[in-house]
Amino acid sequence: MIAELGLAALWLAAALAALQLVAGALALREGGAELAALVRPAAIVQGFLAGFSFLMLLVLFAQTDLSVKLVAMNSHSEKPMIFKLSGSFGNHEGSMLLWVTVMALAGALIAAVERRLPEKTMLATLAAQSFVGIGFYAFLLLSSNPFERLPVPALEGMGLNPLLQDIGLVFHPPTLYVGYVGLSVAFSFAVGALLTRQVTPDFARAMRPWVLGAWIFLTLGITAGSYWAYYELGWGGWWFWDPVENASLMPWLAATALLHSASVLASRDALRTWTIMLGVVAFSMSMVGTFLVRSGILTSVHAFAVDPERGTFILGLLVIYIGGALLLFALRAGTISEGERFSVTSREGALVFNNVMLSAILGIVLLGTLYPLLTEAFDVRVSVGPPYFNPVGAIFVVPMLLVMAVGPLLRWRKDSLTRIRLPIAIIGGALLAALILVSLLSSVSILPLLGLVLSIGLAIASFMPIRGRKLRLLPIATWGMMIAHFGIAVALFGMASESAFSEETLAAVEVGGSADVGDWNVVLTEVRPTAGPNWTALEGRMMVSYKGGDAKEIDPQSRNFWAPPQETTESALVTRWNGQLYAVIGRQAGEGRWQLRLWWKPFVTFIWYGGMLVALGGLLALIGRLMADLKRRSIKSRVAGRRAETAV
Amino acid sequence: MIRWTLWVPLALFLLFCGVAAYQLTQPKDEFIASTMIGQPLPEFDLRAASADRPGLATRDLRDGQPRLLNVFASWCIPCIAEAPQLEALRRQGADIAAVAIRDKPEDVARFLANYGNPYSRIGADDLSELQLAIGSSGVPETFVIDGQGVIRYQHIGDIRASDVPVLLQKLAEAK
Amino acid sequence: MTSRLKAKHQRLILIVIALAALIGAGLLAAYALRNQASYFYVPAQMVSEPPAPGEAVRLGGMVQAGSLRTEPDGVTFAFVVGDGEATVPVRFAGILPDLFVEGSGVVAEGRLDPGGTFVADNLLAKHDENYIPRELEEMTEHQAQQVVAETTDEQLDPGA
Repeated sequence: MIAELGLAALWLAAALAALQLVAGALALREGGAELAALVRPAAIVQGFLAGFSFLMLLVLFAQTDLSVKLVAMNSHSEKPMIFKLSGSFGNHEGSMLLWVTVMALAGALIAAVERRLPEKTMLATLAAQSFVGIGFYAFLLLSSNPFERLPVPALEGMGLNPLLQDIGLVFHPPTLYVGYVGLSVAFSFAVGALLTRQVTPDFARAMRPWVLGAWIFLTLGITAGSYWAYYELGWGGWWFWDPVENASLMPWLAATALLHSASVLASRDALRTWTIMLGVVAFSMSMVGTFLVRSGILTSVHAFAVDPERGTFILGLLVIYIGGALLLFALRAGTISEGERFSVTSREGALVFNNVMLSAILGIVLLGTLYPLLTEAFDVRVSVGPPYFNPVGAIFVVPMLLVMAVGPLLRWRKDSLTRIRLPIAIIGGALLAALILVSLLSSVSILPLLGLVLSIGLAIASFMPIRGRKLRLLPIATWGMMIAHFGIAVALFGMASESAFSEETLAAVEVGGSADVGDWNVVLTEVRPTAGPNWTALEGRMMVSYKGGDAKEIDPQSRNFWAPPQETTESALVTRWNGQLYAVIGRQAGEGRWQLRLWWKPFVTFIWYGGMLVALGGLLALIGRLMADLKRRSIKSRVAGRRAETAV
Repeated sequence: MIRWTLWVPLALFLLFCGVAAYQLTQPKDEFIASTMIGQPLPEFDLRAASADRPGLATRDLRDGQPRLLNVFASWCIPCIAEAPQLEALRRQGADIAAVAIRDKPEDVARFLANYGNPYSRIGADDLSELQLAIGSSGVPETFVIDGQGVIRYQHIGDIRASDVPVLLQKLAEAK
Repeated sequence: MTSRLKAKHQRLILIVIALAALIGAGLLAAYALRNQASYFYVPAQMVSEPPAPGEAVRLGGMVQAGSLRTEPDGVTFAFVVGDGEATVPVRFAGILPDLFVEGSGVVAEGRLDPGGTFVADNLLAKHDENYIPRELEEMTEHQAQQVVAETTDEQLDPGA
């Protein structure tokens, strides 16, 4: 019954999306104005229905209703409740349902709260949002129905991939999805603006909070995903340039560029076509990433079940939506009048430079991700990894970071470098000092060296905008920007330090024996069997001490899951302010010895602290913008009120 | 801004779609399927996977009668989904032999008790040896074997209701 | 008038910089991809046309039964990967991945040393009832049969 309710709600939501599209499209034409009143309510009800449908799926998973195929294939009655729930979106059908749900909810939210856009652009935006939505509803209902029943209920479920039975994975995919799909709002805004040709600073101000919101979620999702891969895969790495990871990075890069260009458009009415372009590209990257991951044309460690038929369907959607939007762009962008002009040395100039660099990095990641696809057409199989992405990316990251350090100090429209020569000298001095210090203290290879030096320079530079201003008067959004930039510096420091100073020990140790890594001493005191709700494990008990200090106990495990049968390694971490000890226990190595793999990773945690700071900066900027909007709105209404009074 | 540059993104995107579409039309399964069709079965002799049905050997499939050879396992959910279709095939006169992949007798018995037993013979393939040797890469799969032990057709994945007539047709052609 | 001209000039500079950066990125990426992508080999290819020693490549095949040896240090492993036509000895120091057993398919990342041994930095093994490494699907049926014959006579139980 619950499955049928969910399915019915989904069909209804799809029907409302169709209504929303038709009413919106007709209302845009002359004489269709009375239909306009339908569009907002349709969007809101559609949001509720999609949310209800997803709720029903959660209920099915909570009850472990094994007559539903999706539950039988991805859950198990003995699984802990939290993983039963996360099982609902840890698979293709459920995650697509989450996708349309987020999209419908975003549409409902725009319809409910957005008041700044001109009415026509608003209608076009909601129509575009429902147009994209319909395709994904069709995809769900026609080829990936999550509520499909089995002819005979299964006796027991097949379980969920044990790698995914992890608390990090409960929050990581929904976060990332909100980010991906939140970008659909930017896409719809861009298409709406192209349709009505109204690309104004007001449009950018209306779009900015949505992009910021999606971007914050993307940032958190990527940060969490990286940390998950780090401790769950047991390989000690935190980024593998895997297609799935790239699929989340590319929308982030595009959204970051969009955020900055929208701010130029909002403040200075420049970069009109470019901002529209980025709005289209950002969500396109979300869809392309989904396509690459789901169609199985690229293989990945995190791959979902692959199905070429689904790939064809998604590719069709891509052609319609991205192709359509790009076609509209090519036809209309030329008619959008040129925005305000500015000088190369100005805030706009710096932002344009960084936009170009971000786009170049996006292109490099995209090409690297697609290259295996390209060569396979010629029957050559390759894989592309860090030896490509790291150095080639760095060529563009380095100038970007340098400009990022100086850019916020420049004035809008026109400025000169001599005006800010003092801060430039300070930043330059810091860079030079860091360079000398790092190269004297240790021999570090070129990329980590650059990373360390730049991160120090950028950390100092990110707070330079405070100089000469009253702290109390500094807008919250400016604080947000400074913290986000500082977060980038912090994350970069962590990355560079991890790659420059990590130490690794691989040893076979008998119980009672010890191994050293960095300043740590690790004693293996016991290996014992242990069990959890749906797994058994061998657990190594280790006493670890840093520089001869107090010993601490850690227990890495090698786990065996039985539904479905699979082994995973559970790493154990000891976090200090200056880094992490990372321990993995392997198999028996003969003669009573056990394999241990230990890493000391100085400052590795800064990578994720940095990511969180970036997200926090985004949140502050969002709050600042919203508060400023509210203030403006209340002033407007007060002015209007006073006018009305005087008129009487 | 030069007008033609506005078309560049669209052109690049269409190029990507072209490559992706080409890749999608190169299904991985097709290669495996094409090498197997028309080939004779390898020699094998599998013990019975369940107490109430005999095991399966190559000679059982060379007695002149065309058959379906269903590759299944008790741990496989799509196999549950295709059970009604197999039953329908049996009722329409198809003789179905089966291979249970990496399974235990008690699990097979439980599976058959719950979802029906349309099979005339069930061999146990504990190491996926036969499965790999006949070019099957997953469960479930269904092969059409003519009376001489030659593979005539391969169906990959679970049998949907719409596949039943196709399989009956292929079975009739194999005579 | 001059400031207007100058503004136009500045805009042109920006566009030129942007185009140069993007085209540069494309060319650079294309160049780097040709050199840095690691190619996939099956053992037969690795024997007949070996990659240059030290070049990062991937090797995919089946781990031959009875070939897995552990060195006295307990963490270095030697085994043989075959595809039914040729075999390549592999060395790997580290913790064997989950579900790595003799008879399973494996993709090893690493490089060939001058002595003809493949030194792996990383092993990607995936082993369930439905899975063969995607690259191995290129093997012919005959090869697959041989691999099965070679790898199943002494199969280890992953649970044991």
